[in-house]
Amino acid sequence: MRKFLSDIGSSTISFLYFLGGLANLSARTVYWTFLPPFKWQRFLEEAKKAGVESLPIVTLVSLFIGIILALQSAYQLQRLGSEMYIASLVALSLVRELGPVITALVVAGRVGAAIAAEIGSMQVTEQIDALETLATNPIKYLVVPRFLALSLMLPLLTLYANIIGIVGGYLICVMKLGVSASMYFTLTFDSLVFKDLFSGLFKTVIFGMIIAFVCCFEGFNVEGGAEGVGKATTHAVVASFILIIMADCFITALFYFIFP
Amino acid sequence: MIEAYNIHKSFGAHKVLDGLSFKVATGTTCVIIGRSGCGKSVFLKHVVGILKPDSGQVIVGGKDLSILSDQAMDVLRLKIALVFQGGALFDSMSVGENVGFGLTEHLKIDSQEVLQRVEESLCLVGLAGIQNLMPSELSGGMKKRVALARAICVKPEIILYDEPTTGVDPITADAINELIRSLHDKLKVTSVVVTHDMKSAYMVADRIAMMYQGKIIAEGTPDEIQASEDPVVHQFINGLSKGPITETIGNSG
Repeated sequence: MRKFLSDIGSSTISFLYFLGGLANLSARTVYWTFLPPFKWQRFLEEAKKAGVESLPIVTLVSLFIGIILALQSAYQLQRLGSEMYIASLVALSLVRELGPVITALVVAGRVGAAIAAEIGSMQVTEQIDALETLATNPIKYLVVPRFLALSLMLPLLTLYANIIGIVGGYLICVMKLGVSASMYFTLTFDSLVFKDLFSGLFKTVIFGMIIAFVCCFEGFNVEGGAEGVGKATTHAVVASFILIIMADCFITALFYFIFP
Repeated sequence: MIEAYNIHKSFGAHKVLDGLSFKVATGTTCVIIGRSGCGKSVFLKHVVGILKPDSGQVIVGGKDLSILSDQAMDVLRLKIALVFQGGALFDSMSVGENVGFGLTEHLKIDSQEVLQRVEESLCLVGLAGIQNLMPSELSGGMKKRVALARAICVKPEIILYDEPTTGVDPITADAINELIRSLHDKLKVTSVVVTHDMKSAYMVADRIAMMYQGKIIAEGTPDEIQASEDPVVHQFINGLSKGPITETIGNSG
């Protein structure tokens, strides 16, 4: 019993330490973001890594999600003879929910893990200390470009994922279920309003920040050698996934209750 | 000049520096000797401001580090270079980018001059023409020398060396010692070398300080240290397995 309570106590302390550290890193990152000089070159490099290099995997995943959504909804709607509404269902599900979340999870797994591992190995080989001795703030140099790149590239990737997902639904509806192409696109765009798109993209800015802060924080807190880097990478991805889903729930509720 | 007064530093329950006081005069090379893990590297990190003392005062070039703003600290850091034990080269950059990092990040000089200063620094450490190699393509000794080139490229007034000869072959170690000596003579820098390699210590030092249990217990010229009758110093410099250092560890264990 005593051990159980002490385990709960130490887990709570670690969790509070994690939240405190994350809040501290976020505040310092925002401070350094607005402090000149601005290193656009580093931002562009990170934007390329986070955005352009994620395109193939985002294409693949969102295409299949679009196809799966169309097939699953066809399973029900065909019974009612309403196949044409698959277009609306695919578009709404993708733009409001699945596009942002799936893209964020893919980016957290691909880019976030790389960030945690890179900063973690820099930490264990004293490269972060070396940056400081060369009068370069590690947050300004390492976190700010990643924070900006992820916050900007994730909405763009999500927009792209939405389009590809809709194409996936098109493949099933038009080529397999016999819905006409013009009907598919009409129903897709008729069902969407600006708020759907805005709420979906707004979420992804927050998701991008979560990935950047969590993964950089875990990287900075690596202890030990290769094993520590491995653990930090796993923690970074798991914590990002959990926080993304939690933030999604919170933002969805916010839009549902406060901006209905 | 580097001055440290009554520095205390603990990591959790482990006390690393316990009232350390120490001075290094401008233009001299001071070697700090002591067993691995006794806090020598921790002291160097205090001098460059990466670590802050729990209590005590570090003064570098007349400036108290505890009251310096971040901006003032960065200005001071451009005058201090720390050569890390493992080199700490940025592995995503080429050797040339590593060496010129301080220049490109902070000094508004054109790229041609950066290239020239990188070349000069690499020449000084005997590694001319390797600008395009990546750190992963270098041997341990080359990494240390590139780290040294990165340190001197910004023309610092103080160079701190963290175990510069550890983990390299005796010939490379001798070359690094020669290099430290010649940099001292050519650039007139103040140097602090942390090592437990006594041959290296005698070769490069103007003064030697022995660190033990978180403080400096003896200080003097190489001859004075060699002639010291302090049993701890005697055991350490002669590399004896029996003596007060090992007895203390045995008793505490």
